[in-house]
Amino acid sequence: MNFSHNYFEIFDLPIVFEIDKQLLKERYLVLQRQFHPDRYAGQSAQQQRLAVQSAAAVNQAYEALLSPVKRGQYLLEMAGIEPDNGNKTTSDTGFLMTQMNLREQLADINQAGEPFAQLDMLEQQVRADADALEQAFADEYDRSDLDAAGETLAKLQFYGKLLREIEELEAHLEESL
Amino acid sequence: MALLQISEPGQSRAPHQSKRAVGIDLGTTNSLVATVRSGSAEVLADQAGQSLMPSIVHYGEAEVSVGYGLNELSILDPQNTIVSVKRFMGRSQNERLQNSTELGYELAENRGGMLSFVTRCGVKSPVEVSAEILSTLAQRAELALGGPLDGAVITVPAYFDEAQRQATKDAALLAGIKVLRLLNEPTAAAIAYGLDNNDSSVIAVYDLGGGTFDISILRLSRDVFEVLSTGGDTALGGDDFDRAVADWMTNSMADQCESEQSLDAKQYRSLIATARGARESLSSEPVTPVEFEDWTGELDHKQLNACVDNMIDRTLRASKKALRDAGVALDELTAVVMVGGTTRMPRVREKTEAFFQQSPLVNIDPDTVVAMGAARQADVLVGNKPGEEMLLLDVVPLSLGVETMGGLVEKIIHRNTTIPVAKAQEFTTFKDGQTALAVHVVQGERELVDDCRSLARFDLKGLPPMAAGAAKIRITYQVDADGLLNVTAKELTSDTQARIEVKPSYGLDDQEIGKMLQESIDHATEDVQLRALREQQVEADRLFEDIDSALMQDGATLLTDNELHCLRTGLKELSQVRNTSTDHRQLGRQIEDLAKLSEDFAARRMDAAIKGALSGHHIDDFDEGHD
Repeated sequence: MNFSHNYFEIFDLPIVFEIDKQLLKERYLVLQRQFHPDRYAGQSAQQQRLAVQSAAAVNQAYEALLSPVKRGQYLLEMAGIEPDNGNKTTSDTGFLMTQMNLREQLADINQAGEPFAQLDMLEQQVRADADALEQAFADEYDRSDLDAAGETLAKLQFYGKLLREIEELEAHLEESL
Repeated sequence: MALLQISEPGQSRAPHQSKRAVGIDLGTTNSLVATVRSGSAEVLADQAGQSLMPSIVHYGEAEVSVGYGLNELSILDPQNTIVSVKRFMGRSQNERLQNSTELGYELAENRGGMLSFVTRCGVKSPVEVSAEILSTLAQRAELALGGPLDGAVITVPAYFDEAQRQATKDAALLAGIKVLRLLNEPTAAAIAYGLDNNDSSVIAVYDLGGGTFDISILRLSRDVFEVLSTGGDTALGGDDFDRAVADWMTNSMADQCESEQSLDAKQYRSLIATARGARESLSSEPVTPVEFEDWTGELDHKQLNACVDNMIDRTLRASKKALRDAGVALDELTAVVMVGGTTRMPRVREKTEAFFQQSPLVNIDPDTVVAMGAARQADVLVGNKPGEEMLLLDVVPLSLGVETMGGLVEKIIHRNTTIPVAKAQEFTTFKDGQTALAVHVVQGERELVDDCRSLARFDLKGLPPMAAGAAKIRITYQVDADGLLNVTAKELTSDTQARIEVKPSYGLDDQEIGKMLQESIDHATEDVQLRALREQQVEADRLFEDIDSALMQDGATLLTDNELHCLRTGLKELSQVRNTSTDHRQLGRQIEDLAKLSEDFAARRMDAAIKGALSGHHIDDFDEGHD
């Protein structure tokens, strides 16, 4: 089912990058209360099918707005910029050096003496960098510099991948304890 | 197998009377049924006052018996006495349990490849065996509630995969039960615990049953139950603990007589029963004597711990992973709820308490808490509590993906995604002129198809020949509120479509279920045609009601005069066929036609409603064009 509203309209939120997450959550629950299939258990098969589709659409919109990377992607898509799913390469050599550096740090942690403390430190650093990038994206998007915003988003995706790898390594280390 | 009666539409009880809704916990060791009466959930007992019914089915010379008094037969007639059938649900030959041969089963595969039991009454699939248990419980509930059931919520382990869920739903269908919802067992327990709790909290539900282990992390705030993550093992439970104790017994026996003697099925079942008895005694004793044939020994806690500790540790590792997936730290947990009979073991309590750093909650009987929560959910779903705001947001336990080139898995829906959910992904062809595409649906976390569970295969045929990579095929996965998957594939440039309800590759197809239903009905008094007609009549009445009231509300704003006229005519036709036809197929076609005709209107209403929901406006207030 295709809804004629964009994700921001569904939650009655302004179309900006920095959203009120508390409000998003509250409104998400209001919508789920109304459209969740549990509300339609006694109705016709058609109505139940539609409820599944509506609740799924609300879930999809919520998930997209909750994640900064997905929200940024969606904003760029709305502005007519094709999504590139993280395949974009950046020409910012300074950024690439930092990335390689962080990855080397991650690779070294396996043999390190106190892996969890080191992982924590690395994670904090990566999160701080990602927060700064999110702020940069918000500014670029606000002043309609979409090319710069696209480049920043690609960098955010790098960080997203790195954070997932940090979590995976943490899980792996915990399992092998 | 007796079927439920369905009351004649229009002759059912007055609308203000509450409907008969139950929650059924279909357990590995015991099963039970509960309902809500005067606002509180209670377990329904049989006429002898027993509430927990052993999940044992015996196929006898003269009759099929279910439940009580079968323990002895389970040892004397192992091949025809099925215990712990839940462990076989939705499993194929290469997933057979370690000790199924020792237990005395003769196993075969049915046409779809599902493991089945060869009994004196023929080959019985786990679905059929479970249906026997379900219909026995349904009869108990009908007797207690004084009439046919309007619907049931049936619980499944949160970590059950698609095939196991589908098998459970099929079993209910076969038992003639209207399934309101499949509900995850830990979520059901949270409902039983959490409804009176007004504060916002984060809880862990640790559910160790006879055959399965689940861990779910939930956030509860007022009437919202939000599952943050779930994990577990559908082949880990009290049965495995018993097997470990039995292994210790056989090893001790071998040490004593210095020669290994092999046990036949009767002896093995008796050994398992002895092991279970000994394990259970240790829940209240420091040490217990164990006797098996001419061997005697002693089981103490140290020995029992040696048998089970590695399995308990597995549950704790899964708990750790679930906490990580939920992004919840140990000190953020408000409570830990214990569910399932196996959590009565002191060692389980001790180790979970140490792991979670708090004493677990056990105020509700761990054997009945799931059925009580399911009864509450059933009461709401059936419409007995108008104005009830309870909202359950559950998740997909295991990632759902599709096979891509080289036997790799592309995940389409990730584990712990909130349901219902629909996700689409686009793929393309590999060869020039390729006119068909094989879609292989799999479930699991691993990267290789061979390491995941195969759920279904289907072909998207009739693609127009194009250069490799030119076709655009969109595959959409939709998971409904029961956690069941539906897959569609569509070629976007030519609009070629294929749609399937995912039935496990080795499950039962609709024809097989139809045949089984027919067979079961042959023994009952009710006519299958009549039953189908009544079902369609109920559906026709619902559809009529839905569309009629929708037209009253929004017909004028959302439809052109012509569309309005078409739908009114459709309603008239449906009502005429509904009142005159005795052919359920004809009525079914009429329902389908009208549903199709009104699909667009219904979608426009949902669309407008989504936008209107937050603004507090009725959709009449919006005057945008919807053409």
